[in-house]
Amino acid sequence: MTDAAPPIDKTAFRQGLEARLKKRYAQERRFRLYGQLAIVFALGFLVLLVGRIALQGYSTFIDYEVTQTIYVDPAKVDAADIGGSNFDLLVAEQMLAKLGETDDKLGEASGEMMGIISNDFGYQLLKRVQDDPSLIGRKVTLTGPVKADAALYYKGELKRSTPQDERKLDDRQLDWLDRMQASGAVSKGFNIGFLTKSDSTEPEQAGVLGAVIGSAMMLLVTAVLAVPIGVLAATYLEEFAPKNRWTDLIEVNINNLAAVPSIVYGLLGLAVFINWLHVPRSSPLVGGLVLALMALPTVIIATRSALKAVPPSIREAALGVGASRTQTVFHHVLPLAMPGVMTGAILSLAHALGETAPLLMIGMISFVPGVPEGFTGAATVLPVQVFIWENASERAFHERTAAAILVLLAFMIVMNLAAILLRRRFERRW
Amino acid sequence: MLTWIALLALFLFSGATYAFGRRKAQAMAARGKPGALHSLPGYHGGYVALWAGLPAALIVLAAALFGGRMEAALLRADSPAAVQALTDHGQAVFFDDARAMAHGTQASETIYEGDLRTAIEDKAVQAKRLQQLIQYGALAAGVVVGLAGLAIAYPRISPTFRARNRVEGWIAVLFIACAVTAILTTVGIVASLVWESWRFFQSVPPLDFLLGTAWDPQIAMRSDQYASKGAFGAVPLFAGTFLIMLIAMLVAAPIGLYSAIYLSEYARPLTRGVVKPLLEILAGVPTVVYGFFAALTVGPIFREGFNNLGGLLVGGPLNGLGIYLSQVQNQMALVAGAVMGIMLIPFVSSLSDDIMNAVPQSLRDGSLAMGATRSETVKQVVLPAALPGIMAALLLAVSRAIGETMIVTMAAGLQAKTTLNPLDTVTTVTVQIVTLLTGDQEFDSPKTLSAFGLGLTLFVVTFILNVIALRIVQKYREQYD
Amino acid sequence: MPAQRDDSQARGTAPVHISVDRAYTDGPQHEVKIRARDVNVFYGDKQALFDVSLDVPEKAVTALIGPSGCGKSTFLRCINRMNDTIPGATVRGRIELDGEDVNDKAIDPVILRARVGMVFQKPNPFPKTIFENVAYGARIHGLTSSKAELEALVETSLKKAGLWGEVADRLHQPGTGLSGGQQQRLVIARAIAVSPEVILMDEPCSALDPIATARIEELIDELRHQYCIVIVTHSMAQAARVSQKTAFFHLGKLVEAGPTGEIFTNPRDSRTQDYITGRFG
Repeated sequence: MTDAAPPIDKTAFRQGLEARLKKRYAQERRFRLYGQLAIVFALGFLVLLVGRIALQGYSTFIDYEVTQTIYVDPAKVDAADIGGSNFDLLVAEQMLAKLGETDDKLGEASGEMMGIISNDFGYQLLKRVQDDPSLIGRKVTLTGPVKADAALYYKGELKRSTPQDERKLDDRQLDWLDRMQASGAVSKGFNIGFLTKSDSTEPEQAGVLGAVIGSAMMLLVTAVLAVPIGVLAATYLEEFAPKNRWTDLIEVNINNLAAVPSIVYGLLGLAVFINWLHVPRSSPLVGGLVLALMALPTVIIATRSALKAVPPSIREAALGVGASRTQTVFHHVLPLAMPGVMTGAILSLAHALGETAPLLMIGMISFVPGVPEGFTGAATVLPVQVFIWENASERAFHERTAAAILVLLAFMIVMNLAAILLRRRFERRW
Repeated sequence: MLTWIALLALFLFSGATYAFGRRKAQAMAARGKPGALHSLPGYHGGYVALWAGLPAALIVLAAALFGGRMEAALLRADSPAAVQALTDHGQAVFFDDARAMAHGTQASETIYEGDLRTAIEDKAVQAKRLQQLIQYGALAAGVVVGLAGLAIAYPRISPTFRARNRVEGWIAVLFIACAVTAILTTVGIVASLVWESWRFFQSVPPLDFLLGTAWDPQIAMRSDQYASKGAFGAVPLFAGTFLIMLIAMLVAAPIGLYSAIYLSEYARPLTRGVVKPLLEILAGVPTVVYGFFAALTVGPIFREGFNNLGGLLVGGPLNGLGIYLSQVQNQMALVAGAVMGIMLIPFVSSLSDDIMNAVPQSLRDGSLAMGATRSETVKQVVLPAALPGIMAALLLAVSRAIGETMIVTMAAGLQAKTTLNPLDTVTTVTVQIVTLLTGDQEFDSPKTLSAFGLGLTLFVVTFILNVIALRIVQKYREQYD
Repeated sequence: MPAQRDDSQARGTAPVHISVDRAYTDGPQHEVKIRARDVNVFYGDKQALFDVSLDVPEKAVTALIGPSGCGKSTFLRCINRMNDTIPGATVRGRIELDGEDVNDKAIDPVILRARVGMVFQKPNPFPKTIFENVAYGARIHGLTSSKAELEALVETSLKKAGLWGEVADRLHQPGTGLSGGQQQRLVIARAIAVSPEVILMDEPCSALDPIATARIEELIDELRHQYCIVIVTHSMAQAARVSQKTAFFHLGKLVEAGPTGEIFTNPRDSRTQDYITGRFG
């Protein structure tokens, strides 16, 4: 009771603390600010990225179409050889005629006209006349897009103020475009063609349908392979496997596989599936195989954590009433873990959907102008389509690249939302 | 197509045998007293169905997978004299084209005339016949094996037969097979990379590849003109990869770490609930989108910025720098590195967030109860405790940065340079792999094979990084479990 | 919520609440150090403490006892405002430390926590060396100006915590390498090093074996001559052994408080009687 506390000058002590306090709180605020800045930077970039791409891409969905009646001049169309007739020239001349212009001897005017209206007109006319040769000598009304450069002019992205030799269209072409618009032949509308057509060398006719279907087919192959194999493998490792050196090896191996660069999977696909097993190049089948191998580790990891979340008491209860291990797993554990498994699977598939690099290795970079003909036919997929268009030099393709990205992001958002809803709907806490 | 029909038919057949076996077991059960049957009738059905379906399905699948190879091998078994006169490579193309003709796929653009023309037509017919032989042969074998399976399994059904254990045995085999797929993938990766790299190292010694300082695979194609040795030095690629990785980490590490700290230590649950999913979206954006953004938005902005800055400096005391800056190109390492860094922010942030959340709350309480501020607690207690885990997270990010392909392919250049200047154009290992393997390729040239040499190097480096990182994380988690 | 608040304030002066707390007077040095009046704590919508009013004497050990979830730890965490760190926790009422309201805006939680040390249920040495653990408070608060001073502080603190003899030769080894009881004494040394006026202990022995527990109890008995100590404990025997004053909490309310001897021999409330005789809890 008598050993007194060492004499501490409490007021001096507190004053010392308070003196330092301001500096410490300044430090605290600075530190907190850095954290906020980091978050703001990351989210700001997200906004910038999506906003910029949306701005670049939205104009793709606006389309300028010309409607014009074309006289199928019997003098220019050979009924005996319809396919050999130059419909592009015919259309261009008629368009010129509508503007009160005539073609010159060298065909320069019609050449310039072909530079502002799509050759889709010639193609449409050819088809119509082939189907019904009696159209020769009659008038046909056609609607088709203007060339991509002309559309850029209508959208105001290609400006008359730019010096003539620095833009794709000359003054005369711009005049024609103005007059065509003034005549009421040009209508502005939603570019449904971007969603219903496939790749084309002409930007105004290029669409994403082929790539969307290609992506869907490839994803189907991936899902059919990766999900069942991944779920079974995870179930085995989590529920049945004895803990020994082999299962340890498999476990370490799976974690490592999840971190292997995707391009290495592409090399694997090239060497094994294409060169060794002769699976057709650039087909949804080979793409799906490669992506399935890539998605497998993530599916396994997600499934294992879903299985881990099922409490052991469920297993003990089932085993306690005499069910076998297999019955316990299939009747109780897996159904309970299913929402988690499906969420993980969807997220891995969404990731696979956006993957590009390994697909370049297996030849998915070729120009495919249509919808893939089955699982072994040549196909292109959305992210690769983005890559191909980004490489194209025409400015109109850049706009389409951004639009294709928007379509791709829309798919990913749908898949992610599905996963989130699934998680919310079936989430269960023990 | 035929394979699919065959598999479907097998599936139906196997389903029928299931019903068949089950009925027999049920009938037995009905005769005996309750519980006389060891296993439920369904298991008896399943047992029969497995015997009837599985081996046959394996035969059909094997034919589909390896039929092409078998056909090619049989096709090459006897080659006409005209074909034998061709080079090895020419022969390979010839047979590929023959098969392409037979199956209506795209052939190479080689033109065959005279003897070769007749030979290739013969071979095409032969290929078609061989393909049918293999397909129908497999089909017939499948039918026989399926029926045999039924014949073996069906008579075994009896009240004492332990059908459930047998079926579960089959299921266990299926389980193990699935788990082994993961191992097979690794084996496949290692085998294919090592095998193709070995072929590459036949023409370019490994040391020249790893230590050479000149990279110019285009010229080496014409081996008569340029010694192929000097052109496959990968050092400039490693340097470029390293430079871009370094820039990426300089962006991703501080920003990712600070966001993780904010999210795990400061943010209210509501903020956390909003920010985390948004960061997940950023993490889910495909890399090709980042590449597009880097190439068409960030690149031009950076170039203009530096050009304008250079314009200001020209004529001043920093004239030289000004001239340099005004000539900077779009495809500088800085652009690819910075965008890659942003891509890695959510990766670093979510890993470090998990790691910091694993630090026990009691340590934070201890520090706060001593009168430490939050930032002092983070800096002096939480971060030191989480350090190993955070190091591992950064290592994983480095591994991602090294292996990332699309951003660099779209935003970095193709010039192989050994430099640490972030404004210079560099190329990386992954860019070169893509460049070497896209477009027309022949599989015997060192040019194409060098991609596998690069791939092997990439795999080994990232593998080592991953193993180390995962080891650390595992140890770290065990510490706080 | 405001209704409850007004209610509690209105009742704040009512003598009935103070009457459950009998003062501990065993000499002039035991003046009241902490004076709590009508403390209410909410975690979100859930109320964890109801109108607790309690006097804690200086230079003595006050034990808070009661069944699990009765609010004794919650009360403890109000004294050094550790409840601030829990999202959604709100504290109403007055807690005075030497006459100053700790929840006053003018009181800084950092200074308050330097004055009120805390020891937790599970020993929580930082993943640093033994030396750095003890030096931690001095470093963050800037208490020492030289290395020698710091070393002296670490040594005195470890000596006071009765750990010096065991760790003097391994000061630079990690603190996490010590045994559970040693870790808990290390944590006490860490708290002592910033010269606190009050030490709060939240079930400091519940994770320890009986021998380690005995050492901690001895230590508490030594420390009470210099500090005001508040200890939450599950063990009635421990409360009886180490404390001079005991407060019994039940369902978030302070049922009864008074000199330890009186509470254990002559409880006034039947619930206290039931609890100390082991009928519930």
